[in-house]
Amino acid sequence: MSKLPQTGSQTVGPFFAYGLVPRQYGYDFPQIADGTIAGDAVPGERIRVAGLVLDGQGQPIEDALVEIWQADSKGVFAGPQRTANDGFTGFGRCGTGTDPERRFVFDTIKPGAAAAGDAPHLSVIVFMRGMLVHVYTRIYFPDEAAANARDPVLNAVPEARRGTLVARADGPGRYRFDIRMQGADETVFFDI
Amino acid sequence: MSFQPRDWRIHPPHLFEGYRSTVLRAPSQKLIPLSGALSEHQGPAFTAAAAPPTEADLTRNGRVNGEPLGERIIVTGRVLDEDARPVVGTLVELWQANAAGRYIHKVDQHDAPLDPNFLGAGRCVTDAEGRYRFLTIKPGAYPWRNHANAWRPQHIHFAVFGPAFATRLVTQMYFPGDPLHTLDPMFNSIADPAAQQRLVSRFDIDITEPEFALGYQFDIVLRGRLATPMEEGHR
Repeated sequence: MSKLPQTGSQTVGPFFAYGLVPRQYGYDFPQIADGTIAGDAVPGERIRVAGLVLDGQGQPIEDALVEIWQADSKGVFAGPQRTANDGFTGFGRCGTGTDPERRFVFDTIKPGAAAAGDAPHLSVIVFMRGMLVHVYTRIYFPDEAAANARDPVLNAVPEARRGTLVARADGPGRYRFDIRMQGADETVFFDI
Repeated sequence: MSFQPRDWRIHPPHLFEGYRSTVLRAPSQKLIPLSGALSEHQGPAFTAAAAPPTEADLTRNGRVNGEPLGERIIVTGRVLDEDARPVVGTLVELWQANAAGRYIHKVDQHDAPLDPNFLGAGRCVTDAEGRYRFLTIKPGAYPWRNHANAWRPQHIHFAVFGPAFATRLVTQMYFPGDPLHTLDPMFNSIADPAAQQRLVSRFDIDITEPEFALGYQFDIVLRGRLATPMEEGHR
């Protein structure tokens, strides 16, 4: 029995940029994380993951904020268990309001599998105006078919919707992952 | 480490028609439960270096040629988990409108003055008791176009990490006695009246500093740890 009730969630609203991603949007305030999750010193295969966040009418949402959390190329998360001194935090954040197409764009390294049986993936949170509680999803990779077929999380998703969690190859080292809030191809969101 | 589930008796639904923007943005399919997910039950850690003390003073961090206008206030409280354990060393980010109810954000078109000496953003890392503290200016109410004559109550946005990606929380802190609370769809999106009231800060004379600033107390409760570790294989 817990002693204190959780604090309720509220929307990030339309005006989060100068607080959460000020440098990206040109405000004069430091920023704790941006779209570059892994700098040059971090070993691993360089990848770029980009995509749109689309509303129920298929329109790109230009005031969404996407956060990513991921393991390094060996499947190790930042924290006491990771000893490499290369500045890898495993965390990135990008608003959709500065790219001309309203994409989020992350430059990082492809993560390794964090546990036996898991497929490599990026964990994602999406915030936006009009969203009272943030949603969680995951980005899996199209070139990991065998690992994806074994992954316990993907297997917990009805087969017809599993594809919404797999990015599309978009040239060497590039992946495309659109997040659809509603509709026939609505992205799978998790209650984590 | 695993965490207690999000308590959906407290959190708002995704679709809340009174808040119009939810209609095309709320997922229409049920969320798929993923308790004990390995990746999301870890998360980024920020040291005190991520938020130097100057960033917690919003009356100074945006100064250009003088002091920001408005009522100086102290906003402080503790970040706790459901078992009342302090969440130590976690990053708290805050943003708000200025005293006139105007955000510095370029998209805000409300016809109220910007304050050249006020940015409205701050950051702080909780101390050994889970405490954060900001010095800022009391934000003004402002109109929005959700419905006719719609006004947001005075509020401050908070974003908190906690120990894992799973414990992430974005919320809004309100001020006591504001007549706009019951007219606000965002406030009303939380169904439980007690949970609504927990988003309202408390005026505290002991936090108030004489001849300087009124004090408000606002505690934030994140998901607690699960007592029993999840079985191997459940992620």
